[in-house]
Amino acid sequence: MNIVTLSPTDLTFAAILILLLGIVSLKLRLGQTKQLFIASLRCTVQLLIMGFILKLLFAAASPGAVVVMALVMLLSAGQAVTSRMHRPLTGKWTYFFGVAAMFLSSFTVTLYALFIIIDISPWYTPQYAIPLLGMLLGNTMTGVALSMDTLTTTVYQSKNMIEGRLILGEKWRDAAQEQIRGAIRTGLTPIINSMATTGIVSLPGMMTGQILAGSPPMVAVSYQILIMLLIAAGTGFGVILAVQITAGHLFDQRHRLRLDRLSGDTV
Amino acid sequence: MSFFSIRNLQISQIAPFDLEVAAGECISITGDSGCGKSLFLRALADLDPNPGEIFLNGQPSSSYPPWEWRRQVGLLPSESSWWLAKVSDHFPGEGPGFYQQLAAIGLTANILNAHTHRLSSGERQRLSLLRLLRNKPSVLLLDEPSANLDENNSRLVERILKRYQQANGSALIWVTHDRAQARRVADRHLLFSQHKVSKVKEI
Repeated sequence: MNIVTLSPTDLTFAAILILLLGIVSLKLRLGQTKQLFIASLRCTVQLLIMGFILKLLFAAASPGAVVVMALVMLLSAGQAVTSRMHRPLTGKWTYFFGVAAMFLSSFTVTLYALFIIIDISPWYTPQYAIPLLGMLLGNTMTGVALSMDTLTTTVYQSKNMIEGRLILGEKWRDAAQEQIRGAIRTGLTPIINSMATTGIVSLPGMMTGQILAGSPPMVAVSYQILIMLLIAAGTGFGVILAVQITAGHLFDQRHRLRLDRLSGDTV
Repeated sequence: MSFFSIRNLQISQIAPFDLEVAAGECISITGDSGCGKSLFLRALADLDPNPGEIFLNGQPSSSYPPWEWRRQVGLLPSESSWWLAKVSDHFPGEGPGFYQQLAAIGLTANILNAHTHRLSSGERQRLSLLRLLRNKPSVLLLDEPSANLDENNSRLVERILKRYQQANGSALIWVTHDRAQARRVADRHLLFSQHKVSKVKEI
């Protein structure tokens, strides 16, 4: 089976759909039309750039280039996490904690997959390393952003309750346990739900792409299973780490709740 | 060596001040809303950072683990919080002996089966006092402990607190808007105002 390549005209037809959606959203006054167009444009431009970079990367196949690419992806993910917070931590802490959690989980899981599961040689083969990291990082980022946002928001709202427990002599970890658990659960829910419906309701993009590119379905499916499991593990560990570090930062040595370490003034 | 002492404490606009409290002593605190009475109690419970120092039995608060300090220096906030479903969940391990304590404060044992979100403000206030006393605090920081109560229940709260104070030699720091109550319960009176804390003989 030959791959049908898409021409710019083909993509323009897809863009027409977005234009139609934009017109409807304008009529409904959703106030999101601009964001929709900007996001569509960003998505297109970023993917084009990514395609161009991947072309270079595949040609060069040097470990240094792969590592630089990975770091750029990580730092951008950190930026995205920060921008999704309603109550970010003061200073650059949201960014640092997000990046640290995503680095420790996504990079470890990616390396684990490259060295132990896929066992590709050399390990930095960009055709494997970059897409794998990209998928892990993308999903971990969503989980981390969601859970850090939930944590800071619920801790802010639960000030009286948490302090009510502190004054009775509880340690911060116990006093904030509901909020910590709730934030971790919120971060893990999307991936658990998506694993539960994959194969029945949804055919994941990666698998679809592989099949479109001519892979036998069972090969595509086994890769998809691998990816889903890696994503769940990476997201899970990333979310747990991010929530633990962030929660720790909201209390000080004397187990005081420090809401002054949160910024943002929307109620 | 004094029982409970406060050095150089800084609360909102008020000039830094010191205070010595003896064991078994009760100090009333009055003053306009918003001048820092609640912040004062929060600082004593080590809930907010403060450049001042607080000592219990000669030991600075920093030498206690924070949770231990807060068990010893117990704060009763004006708004209590209840994070478990039923009242009894907040009083684990209490048997029939506890019914007497409930009766002493004008409540019946039935309330243990109540859902916490159904409690009236007066019930919450009295139950939160009993919950705090279970920690056996050496110093009690009371933020208007009878604000939501009628005259009769107010007197019950005063009586249970004075009885606890006498039995344990605890110190009470009692914020109240009720001058008559301050006269009834306290040995000394402090008046908080915008810029200073003054000791007042008569209230």
